[in-house]
Amino acid sequence: MDGTADFFRWLAEAHRIDVSIAYDPLDRKRFLIGLWTTIWLSGVCIGSSILVGLIGAWLHGARSAAARGAVQVFVQFFRNTPPLVQLAFFYFAVSAALPPVTDRFGASVPLIDNVGWAIVSFSLFAGAFNVEIFRSGIEAVPRATVEAAESLGYTRLAAYRHVVLPLAFRVCLPALGNNLVNLVKTTTLAYAIGVPELLYAASQVWSEVFNVREMMVVLLLTYVALVAVLVHGLRRWERAMRIPGYSA
Amino acid sequence: MSALAVLLPRQPAAVGSEWGAARMPSALRSRKTIAALAILGAVWTAAAWAAAPVDRPSVLALAVKWAPLIFGGFLFNLLVSVAAMALGTAAGVLLGLAQISLLRPVQAASWAVTQFFRNAPWLVLLFFAMFLLPFEWRIGGVTVPFPAWLKAMLGLALPVLANVSEIVRGGVLSIPLGQWESAESLAFSRRQILWRIILPQAVKRMIPPWMNLYAILTMATTLISVVGIQDAMTLTRGALVAEARTDLYLPLYFMLLLMFFAYCYPIARYTQVLERRFAVRG
Repeated sequence: MDGTADFFRWLAEAHRIDVSIAYDPLDRKRFLIGLWTTIWLSGVCIGSSILVGLIGAWLHGARSAAARGAVQVFVQFFRNTPPLVQLAFFYFAVSAALPPVTDRFGASVPLIDNVGWAIVSFSLFAGAFNVEIFRSGIEAVPRATVEAAESLGYTRLAAYRHVVLPLAFRVCLPALGNNLVNLVKTTTLAYAIGVPELLYAASQVWSEVFNVREMMVVLLLTYVALVAVLVHGLRRWERAMRIPGYSA
Repeated sequence: MSALAVLLPRQPAAVGSEWGAARMPSALRSRKTIAALAILGAVWTAAAWAAAPVDRPSVLALAVKWAPLIFGGFLFNLLVSVAAMALGTAAGVLLGLAQISLLRPVQAASWAVTQFFRNAPWLVLLFFAMFLLPFEWRIGGVTVPFPAWLKAMLGLALPVLANVSEIVRGGVLSIPLGQWESAESLAFSRRQILWRIILPQAVKRMIPPWMNLYAILTMATTLISVVGIQDAMTLTRGALVAEARTDLYLPLYFMLLLMFFAYCYPIARYTQVLERRFAVRG
């Protein structure tokens, strides 16, 4: 580790290529905290957006016309408006409309903080896409398969759980993967409301050390690496879940 | 008070329908519920307006007052989106064609560029362009300024070009190999096959994803507010700061969302129509 730090220190002095996060402990810590925040934020948003998608897809198949209509309005609205404005809408407008709470020091703080609103906003944004993805997956399961399951004595719910959903999930995994990759990239928007994620951490470093060029390269490579890991994981998962003879 | 007076007589009717709702079919009942909720909301809003001090203008009046300015900013967003799309498409088509080149190094390099810019977040690429492009060019003895808005357009064009490149590659690959083979057997050259046979068919399939990309780009143009360019988002925030009214936050941001929705939703619908029309029958 020392050798690496020395190398980068030499690089900064001799060639003015200043990758400060490689030798400066403070900068490195900031960057790693940012990286961890991005990973953590992405993970939470992936989980909750899938949940939003499942609930939405389930409501879309409901008998109540109002529920279906509401899901349609939700999906179309969140798909066709800018995620950054959605984030501002939640963080500035909805937050101001909610009553503040008192923290343990007696100070008045907003009910949900910036990280909370980032999670809510990104989950709804990606969730709206997930609703459509899951719905199309469920629709892709042939009617005859459902009927066959029913003729074997499956109840509607059991057929759903054991037959329709496993097949639908395999069909929509590629589209879901694309959307999740997009979600990871969307987490950078949290920079706008001051969530200390990767972009925010990098901007802190470059505004102090003035190494925009180097940090920008590091930042781009880190995001490309993060996305590559996610894509690789999803592809392996897809392969592991493949049913021989059933191609989506 | 006048708005309240208009709405008050309707209130008992809404309550009355709720009483009888239990015996109605569920769809009808839910519609009644929505109507009741809407009326309740209208009464609440009217009451809130009526309760506000007389010397303070109503939220609606303020929204109407700021709407033209914000709409002007929105038009600038659209201008940026069109310019970035034109730039990105022109460069992306070339990159996409390079991806199906027979020359191994050209193919590999264009693939790498495409993947890199496609997988990097839009906001990071925008920062990349804003900070790393010079603020002026020196051509010969003349200094040409390079304004921030132009850099922002280039920054937004980077992810667009990578996505267009993938669309072009995907479109060409979606044409069955038999088309290439039969054209070859008719002694067409590779260039002729591409321009006269493959691309005319592939363009049809490229249009829906291309339009989808344009809608995404339009929504992404709000990112330029983060790097300090005055667009609809900046103007909305400015209006809110100028008025200093917390009750104005929801309506103004909602108005901005609606502007984008009114522009992007028709594009999305039309994209679906085209997708269905150009779908490969299988």
